[in-house]
Amino acid sequence: MGREIICECGYVNPEGTILCEACGNPLRDDQTKPILTMRYEGGARRSQTYQRTIIDKIWNYFSSVKVGIALIILVLIAMAIGTILPQDNAIPSDDPETYYAKQWGAFGKLYVKLGFDHLYTSWWWIILLGLLGLSITVASIDRFVPLYRALKNQRVTRHERYLRRQRLFGRTQTDRPDEIIAKAKEVLKEKRYRIREENGNLFAEKGRFSRWGPYVNHIGILIVLLAGVLRFVPGMYVNEGVWIPEGEKRLLPGTHGKYYIENHRFVLQTYQKNDKRYQKALDRVGAVPKNFQSNVTLYKAKDSAILGEKPKLVKVKDYKIRVNHPLVYDHYRIYQSDFRTQLYKMKFNMVDKETGKSLGTFAVNLINPKKTYDLGNGYKVILEDYLPDFYFDKSGKPATKSNQPNNPAFVFKMVAPDRPKGDVSFVGIQTNLEPLGKNKYKIAFNNLITRYESGLSVRKDMTVWVAFVGAIIFLIGVAQGMYWNHRRVWLQRVNGELWLAANANKHWQSLKKDLSVLVDKTGLNAPVDQLEQKAFESENGRGLAT
Amino acid sequence: MSALTASRHLLLIAFILYTIGTILFTISVTGKKFRSKEGQQAGRRLGGVAFAVALLGFLSQVGYFFSRWKADGHVPVSNLFEYTTFFSMMMVLAFIIIYLIYKNNSVGIVTLPIAVIIIAYASVFPTDVEPLIPALQSNWLKIHVTTVALGEGILSLSFVAGLVYLIRVIDQSKRSARTFWLEAVLFVLICAVAFSAVSAIFQAQGYHVTFNWVNEKNEKDQLTYHMPAIAGPYEGEKIAKDSDRFGPLFEAPSWMNGKEAPRKLNTVIWSFIGGVILYLLIRLLLLGRRIGWALNRIMQGVNPPLMDEISYRAVAIGFPIFTLGGLVFAAIWAQEAWGRFWGWDPKEVWALITFFFYAAYLHFRLSRGWEGEKSAWLTVIGFIIIMFNLIFVNLVIAGLHSYA
Ligand code: HEM
Repeated sequence: MGREIICECGYVNPEGTILCEACGNPLRDDQTKPILTMRYEGGARRSQTYQRTIIDKIWNYFSSVKVGIALIILVLIAMAIGTILPQDNAIPSDDPETYYAKQWGAFGKLYVKLGFDHLYTSWWWIILLGLLGLSITVASIDRFVPLYRALKNQRVTRHERYLRRQRLFGRTQTDRPDEIIAKAKEVLKEKRYRIREENGNLFAEKGRFSRWGPYVNHIGILIVLLAGVLRFVPGMYVNEGVWIPEGEKRLLPGTHGKYYIENHRFVLQTYQKNDKRYQKALDRVGAVPKNFQSNVTLYKAKDSAILGEKPKLVKVKDYKIRVNHPLVYDHYRIYQSDFRTQLYKMKFNMVDKETGKSLGTFAVNLINPKKTYDLGNGYKVILEDYLPDFYFDKSGKPATKSNQPNNPAFVFKMVAPDRPKGDVSFVGIQTNLEPLGKNKYKIAFNNLITRYESGLSVRKDMTVWVAFVGAIIFLIGVAQGMYWNHRRVWLQRVNGELWLAANANKHWQSLKKDLSVLVDKTGLNAPVDQLEQKAFESENGRGLAT
Repeated sequence: MSALTASRHLLLIAFILYTIGTILFTISVTGKKFRSKEGQQAGRRLGGVAFAVALLGFLSQVGYFFSRWKADGHVPVSNLFEYTTFFSMMMVLAFIIIYLIYKNNSVGIVTLPIAVIIIAYASVFPTDVEPLIPALQSNWLKIHVTTVALGEGILSLSFVAGLVYLIRVIDQSKRSARTFWLEAVLFVLICAVAFSAVSAIFQAQGYHVTFNWVNEKNEKDQLTYHMPAIAGPYEGEKIAKDSDRFGPLFEAPSWMNGKEAPRKLNTVIWSFIGGVILYLLIRLLLLGRRIGWALNRIMQGVNPPLMDEISYRAVAIGFPIFTLGGLVFAAIWAQEAWGRFWGWDPKEVWALITFFFYAAYLHFRLSRGWEGEKSAWLTVIGFIIIMFNLIFVNLVIAGLHSYA
């Protein structure tokens, strides 16, 4: 510790103290304003005292509220700019660089260059939040320590200068001070003040805990920031998606092969057109969905599965996954997030081209097609080739883009008693070719059967709880600091007078209400609000009508 | 009488009572000096009556809320009409809370007319009872939306008190940047009045003009305007039947991607035009003097440090409530509905921006010299951010939350 300051009252204060911790005597000449600045009780803040080493300088920099505000505003502006264009996860392309440039020209280009397209994972965003966290920590410690000291060491009897320069201050000439002080004690006790007495003076205090509110809420924010960091720790966070057609079973991604889910049925309900209650709105906007639901069964894979072998599945539970009602199991949550229809089966007839007579019907499963379809009476169809997602490749040959049946095309061989070698035809949506010359038979499209695919997302987020606890601590701290306030009343004998001074850290009106009761019941003179007095005087000086 | 009809009547009654309350509060404050005892007493009595009227209006609006709930079959906060009316109700509730703490009439002069304007504004949106899409069918929706509205209502009250402060302290004897900006704030409020008036006029005539256009989802669609089209849809064409109708003078820019954004832009333009006319009319009535000047006369009796404290108190009460509703409950609901408690959706981000803004406000107030007028200007900015989130995020940006 550096040089100490000994006050008139004999109390030894640490270097940098502005108001004596014990009696409140202003120790610095610059405290000459008519109303004392009571922030942090004039305690010795490290940042105001030590300015020598580089560490002191960094400490001082980050403890400054100005720097804190600057950081908050930078974060705010960055976020605002981040909403001008969509973030890169909301664009229909995996190549942000070209997409933004194409859509928004030079501005889009700059946007990507500065990292605004992926703002919340960009390095400078993370640094900004890091600095914010640092600033909160340093500023809080810098103030908490002196504030705590000063409030702990405060004495009942205060220096005259301290009392006279409180915002609320009044004097009363009286020859029965004991009586008034006794009455005051009673009134303030009723108002739940904690009372201390010394040398016939009185000090009443209430709500000191609310002074710790900012420090509690800052801790909450630091915990929320920590939750953001934890998300990058492996295993803490899973976010995967899976499409499951009706009637199929799939491994749930992100569960390390542990869980499988079977989608029995996807249900889509819309509001009924003739629903009386909503009729008008439905007429205006058209169909409105009412429910998206997947009826599923969750399975767990038996541990002893040998590599490469199909695991044995044990049923865990049946569940109806709906929006807002995810399936929750073993820290995993499975959400209904999307749906689409999939072409499932295509039905065809084999037809005699001349007579137009159908020789039989068959259905091709588009996901898992059979090779041969026996139509009876010696007629059969052989699926020679299947292109689920048909297109012509660069050399003009038929090919498939994927194994999703988006645009199925088939090469069928039609075998009949009179055509044992078979006619070959190429069948696609809106195409029917005969590559090998004239056929007697043809394949005619009959019907298309679709089924739903449920889009489920699999989530596990162990950081939720950290963020949630942080948020709760934050809220407790804010409420503590905002819904309560710290009120202090001093009643002191000075040269045959009673001096009444009072201080609130905020919400002065509550304190004034307490004091007006006190004044009414004790006969003390009402204290003057020196701040309002000042405003009033300066205004009248300015020449406004009174 | 059906629940829906009852709810309409009750809202109208609230509207009328708030208007009467405004007049009574104005009389109660006019000419009163904040340091004269007698003036205060007379004003206080009338103020008490005005408060009772406002309270009745509030109860009527609560009646609206519950009868509308019955008609809807769900909490009536799920479209723009319902949310905006609810917001006005929460603002009046905030006023009642503050009145009970401070017994101050000046705040009423500004709160009640703003509540009136907001109800009028809300009433031009479709008021049909609407069904809820699956994502909105959640108890957390109720909790989230109502808490946000309450928080925003209370934070708006800090703007109201801040505005009273500015009206009171800004020296109107000469022109300055301060008188200009104060006038600008009042002008925007007048535009909101104009918006309601213009909408009502064209709705009464049943005016409409329909365009073929490509909407924000890249689908061919039709868009019907209920006001003459100044700004048409991007690359939109009037349908054959309406080809002889007025406009458009120009097209909305293509980056406006909100739902039915061109129509909303058109409405904004009409509000601006109406606002200018209304503003000039008022100034004509005031013999050319600024509106700020006239209000300053009325508010001579206001106690500035007290108004500053009320403004700050409203932030102190509203900030935690907004945080709880707009961030914590929102996150819980997002977790239930989409499996991610935070997704950087534009509406979420703007809620976070609001949070950061008021955090900055609280820290500004820690520095000397930021109390009083500077704080009051900050509350104006805060209110702009809240309104931006309510109105313009839906206009410009398509996100998960686009209600309207
Ligand atoms: C998002 C970030 C932050 C939030 C939400 C936040 C929130 C708060 C709140 C609610 C208060 C209480 C204000 C009052 O009682 O009027 C407070 C006080 C304070 N904050 Fe922050 N804060 C943040 C960041 C920071 C930063 C970066 C600094 C760095 C300088 C800082 C320094 C302070 C100080 C010095 C106080 C006053 C403490 C006291 O009165 O004893 N805060 N903060």
